Amino acid sequence: MSDSRQRIGWSREQIARNIAADIPDGSIVNLGIGLPEAVVDCVPPGRELIFHTENGLLGMGRSPAAHAADPELINAGKKSVTAVPGAAYFHQADSFAMIRGGHIDVCVLGAMQVSQTGDLANWSLGDGDAAPAVGGAMDLVAGVRTIFVAMAHCTRSGDPKLLESCTMPLTGQRVVQRVYTDLATLRVGREGFEVVNMAPGVDHRYLQQRTRGRLSFNDDPT
Amino acid sequence: MLIGGFGAAGSPVELIHALIDQGASGLTIVSNNTGSGHVGLAALIEMGRVAKMICSFPRTSGSTVFQDLYQKGKIKLELVPQGTLAERIRAGGAGIPAFYTPTSVGTRLAHGKEHHNFAGREYVREHGLTADFALLKCSLCDRYGNLVYNKTARNFSPIMAMAASVTIVQTQVYAECGALDPEAVVTPGIYVDRIVTIENPASESSLVQAGVAYP
Repeated sequence: MSDSRQRIGWSREQIARNIAADIPDGSIVNLGIGLPEAVVDCVPPGRELIFHTENGLLGMGRSPAAHAADPELINAGKKSVTAVPGAAYFHQADSFAMIRGGHIDVCVLGAMQVSQTGDLANWSLGDGDAAPAVGGAMDLVAGVRTIFVAMAHCTRSGDPKLLESCTMPLTGQRVVQRVYTDLATLRVGREGFEVVNMAPGVDHRYLQQRTRGRLSFNDDPT
Repeated sequence: MLIGGFGAAGSPVELIHALIDQGASGLTIVSNNTGSGHVGLAALIEMGRVAKMICSFPRTSGSTVFQDLYQKGKIKLELVPQGTLAERIRAGGAGIPAFYTPTSVGTRLAHGKEHHNFAGREYVREHGLTADFALLKCSLCDRYGNLVYNKTARNFSPIMAMAASVTIVQTQVYAECGALDPEAVVTPGIYVDRIVTIENPASESSLVQAGVAYP
């Protein structure tokens, strides 16, 4: 997306819309830092999703206008948010009881790498990382059954982030169900990444060139 | 020491500045982040007063203080997943010395920790966390130390209040007993030892934006 060589692909907002479209009505949803934060503003009309933010709010609403921002009402990415009617505030131990206790339905996380078996790496670059920062990601993958990843298909320098196996330290093993990128939406299946759909202008060859894991294409129109 | 706050929300800036004035050093600080700019926790770290940070996310936009010292080997870091950090503090305050959690199983952060299988799933043992002092911020406090917080500024404060020998709270409003509906009390006063009224607390994010450095 930020790679100027990539002229095709979905925008960040379209990726967020793709994700929101796949989350069932009435779900309790946690959003990670970065690209996933945009999902809150992309809920399809007529669908009610309840957003949990692990710093202590259930019922997180859309981003406020700049003048209405409250420094004590923020999301996990420390950006200003709003609280919907019916929202609840709680402390950190309660918030992670909701997560570890299996009370959250879906979590959308950013990632540095995802393997074709669903391993996730998103907290440390590895040895020599200036300051690794884990936040709540390991708790979320341990406690939420449905984990979606939202990320750019490749790094800024063009390296694939969808791999046979992760080279960076793991956040969790076999935890990711789906990956939403600027180029495609993919399911983590038994035989690697199953392509659900591709952005306009992306074909099999283009996608495989930018993916190091095994891809399978289901071109059956049904 | 336990210091409340998640980013700037709930950070007891005035109490941290009082700690800077007081002079203690060689501190071990438990806080989710490592501060921002050159005020509050970041200022305390910048002055070399903190020997070790126990936190989940030592990275905040607009802050390089912790990273600089960490890369030079001048400050230690114990990185703890956020939910494990919260539960360690809660357990410490509740008299529970250790517990098992599925968080971090199969990752580097579980290395060297005792594992146990319950009903077919792996868990790691984590220890409760207590401290000598807690510095917290609330919006309303009565004479018994019952506390109410403001929105997501609540974050770690209720559990940190439980886990310190001496819990020091800065409040915007100090009220007589009876002013708070008992049904609405978030932290019961039994956990609170000292109350300081700061009617108009500085917003950490505004101080950072204005480029303020403490002292």
